[in-house]
Amino acid sequence: MNKKLMIPLVLFLVLTGFLFAGLWRDPREVPSPLIGKPAPQFALAQLANPAATLGTADMKGQVWLLNVWASWCVSCREEHPLLVELAKAKLVPIIGLDYKDEARAGKQWLTQNGDPYTTSVMDRDGRVGIDFGVYGVPETFVIDKAGTIRYKQIGPITPEALEKKILPLVRELQKS
Amino acid sequence: MTRLARIVLPALFALLPLTAAADAVPTDMDPASAARAVKLAEKLRCLVCQNQTILDSNAELAVDLRRQIREQIAAGRTDDEISTYMVNRYGDFVLYQPPVKATTLLLWGGPALLFFAGFFVLIRNLRRRPGAEASLTAEEHEEASRLLAGDNRKPDQ
Repeated sequence: MNKKLMIPLVLFLVLTGFLFAGLWRDPREVPSPLIGKPAPQFALAQLANPAATLGTADMKGQVWLLNVWASWCVSCREEHPLLVELAKAKLVPIIGLDYKDEARAGKQWLTQNGDPYTTSVMDRDGRVGIDFGVYGVPETFVIDKAGTIRYKQIGPITPEALEKKILPLVRELQKS
Repeated sequence: MTRLARIVLPALFALLPLTAAADAVPTDMDPASAARAVKLAEKLRCLVCQNQTILDSNAELAVDLRRQIREQIAAGRTDDEISTYMVNRYGDFVLYQPPVKATTLLLWGGPALLFFAGFFVLIRNLRRRPGAEASLTAEEHEEASRLLAGDNRKPDQ
């Protein structure tokens, strides 16, 4: 067969290959520029006790998860049982960032669905969320002892992501 | 009625973009700063509804980011500083016009590359193509003139 005639076919196959691979990629998952960078500093009022604050500085020296949630967030319900399980195992502290939420609604939501959080803080106007580059609640960050962001989960945590990525990473970071 | 509609409706539609932009114009700013805020918001992508700019989008995040832009302009930050602020948090993806760097070289150079490749192939093909007249052998030439003269029988018939 004429070699020249193969060129369009090869080009077509390459293009199809790229498009095919694209079918399995989620366009909503934008790689975060914050991975490997220090977690943004914040100190916010606690949901349960607004007189006290909690922030990045208080978590120095331990590996922790920052989970961005809200009572208005539908897909947070999806991951919530998983977080409650994780909290029971007491492997890692989970700090909740109640994003753009009313304190009353947030508290009620936790009473109804269970409270997996070591502490939840209120990000009433979403400014800390912006600092963390949050755009799709729920989001979860793994932060190491030095306060560096190591991993970001966009959207609900799946059992698979928890077992294969988050927990192994947490264990590894806790050892160091 | 129809004539009136023909005149009035296009005029109304022409005003639509103005009303859309007016939503984003902050009321408590001087016109120059407001224009800057709109211009910046036009260049940034809303990550919630990815095919809209922060200016167009009504998503809460876009509203918050427009507020951030206004506040930072009021604080005297430059446009570049504000863009960098957004990129530091959301990555290059927030910029509708991606920056030129190693990873985006193919994106920026691709169209020119394709154009020159096409141009090269075209030139080569044109060069290779022999002149139409020269390609006829003497025999073919003879047959052609015979056919043109209206004799369409094959020579051996």
